[in-house]
Amino acid sequence: MEITEELIDYLQKLGRIRLSEEDRQKTMKDLGSIMGYIDKLNELDTTGVEPLSHVFGRTNVMREDEVTSGDCKDKIISNAARKDEDTILVPRTFD
Amino acid sequence: MDSEQIIKLSALELGKAIRNKETTSEEATKAYLDAIKENDGKYNSYITVREEALAEARIIDEKIASGELTGAFAGVPVAVKDNMCTEGVLTTCGSNMLHNFVPPYDATAVRKLKEEGMVIIGKTNMDEFAMGSTTETSFFGPTVNPWGENRVPGGSSGGSAACVAAKLAPISLGSDTGGSIRQPASFCGITGLKPTYGKVSRYGLVAFGSSLDQIGPMGRDALDVAYMLNVISGEDPKDQSSAPTDKLDLEAVKNFDVSGKTIGLPEQYFAEGMDEDVRARVMEAVKLLEQAGAKVETFPMPIMDYAIPTYYIICCAEACSNLSRYDGIKYGYAPEDVDDLMELYIRSRSEGFGMEVKRRIMLGNFVLSSGYYDAYYNKALQAKALIKKAFDEAFSKYDVVIGPVAPTAALKAGESLSDPLKMYLGDICTVLINIVGVPAISVPCGFTSDNLPVGMQIIGKHFDEQTIMGFAYAYERLSKEAKQ
Repeated sequence: MEITEELIDYLQKLGRIRLSEEDRQKTMKDLGSIMGYIDKLNELDTTGVEPLSHVFGRTNVMREDEVTSGDCKDKIISNAARKDEDTILVPRTFD
Repeated sequence: MDSEQIIKLSALELGKAIRNKETTSEEATKAYLDAIKENDGKYNSYITVREEALAEARIIDEKIASGELTGAFAGVPVAVKDNMCTEGVLTTCGSNMLHNFVPPYDATAVRKLKEEGMVIIGKTNMDEFAMGSTTETSFFGPTVNPWGENRVPGGSSGGSAACVAAKLAPISLGSDTGGSIRQPASFCGITGLKPTYGKVSRYGLVAFGSSLDQIGPMGRDALDVAYMLNVISGEDPKDQSSAPTDKLDLEAVKNFDVSGKTIGLPEQYFAEGMDEDVRARVMEAVKLLEQAGAKVETFPMPIMDYAIPTYYIICCAEACSNLSRYDGIKYGYAPEDVDDLMELYIRSRSEGFGMEVKRRIMLGNFVLSSGYYDAYYNKALQAKALIKKAFDEAFSKYDVVIGPVAPTAALKAGESLSDPLKMYLGDICTVLINIVGVPAISVPCGFTSDNLPVGMQIIGKHFDEQTIMGFAYAYERLSKEAKQ
């Protein structure tokens, strides 16, 4: 798997990340060697094998939707970088 | 009892001394806070040290005196890895992204420590977002292994391992996504258990790889670890992957007889690339168990060759999804001078995350992106099915599977940072266990010629912590007898 400049651009876009030029060059090299190793998985014959997500095969667990956490609004808001008295502020989202 | 005596005790011994009024929780907490003040400058095992623990210990002493708290760990200080939410106490995950995050609630495991009457003395250092095997990727600087100042403590729970090894905490909690409890336990010469997936609630554990993450105890010996598992385990309505399970029978752990039990040794765990000293120490430990009557057999596990690619695909895929929540708005790092929403996202993430985290987000997005999903992510889930099958087959024949925890003892500082692939390859012995969700423990089994600790990994069936704890305790006893 070749790691191209275009792929790095695409992955930065997907991850909402912007790398410095130096980090970008290092990332190309590192992802290249990591993907080179990961490609070893192609040697494994998985014909007819069902992909497995959960090892115990547990399914959804249902419960009543009840409020149990109490009022911790202030504690939650206090963690936001931008806030006023009782709301979290965000930059303008539409014009 | 003086401080020097206090910090020598195991957590169970200390709890007993407090119950017997030979010391108090306050005295014990003070002894550890003093020890941290004096010595943690060398190790950097803590990110946050809690002076206010002393006042909490006084209240706990009253509750012990009144009979309200009766647990074996009541009054015992404990250190918690900094990726578990602690209400009102900074929880950084070793990252600039969460450098100022104060959780509004406790993780379930943390709540259970408090219900037992334990005193949280601090939050321990870790690789950023638990991504790393050396505790060198922490935003708060690397942790140093107490066994050698130029050696890494392992990771990602390096702080939780180093503080127990350096006697800056009697016991700690770590978390393990691909070896992050077992490998630092091995590198620092302590005992660390990754429980079965679902045994301990993940509620309030900052998510990394949700199908792999598990909280577990790290302590000075097997009994401390066994009792701590009983404190923190149990089904939790707040984590729907947690499962109803039994508590360990501690008397049965103590009386466990290895005679007639079967041990499987996967050939690949002892193959080329394994450090000679590590191999020798683990084999000597197995020999002791064999002499005590266990039946030992080697068996092939060729699927191990695919462990690292499968693990890194799955964990990065899950990590990039989990870490998409860090947007600079609800909590965490955000630059001040931005008024465009997309720019806020990008700059918060680019400046808040370190390089290893960014690398894994990019890898994860890659294996999940359209066009590559089938070739990588789906292929990894197929490999996971085959890995599970290999373990099912092994456990149809053996009570436990034993191997080393890592191919080497503690690495030199700085060795892995420059070459991430090399660091990933060091996880070869631990990652399979998280993929399959089975429990495994790292037990100290001697030293290399450089005087660095070596860990033996005992792997058990799903929810069969009883057997691996029995083996761990039996080995501890046998190795003590052998030394006499």
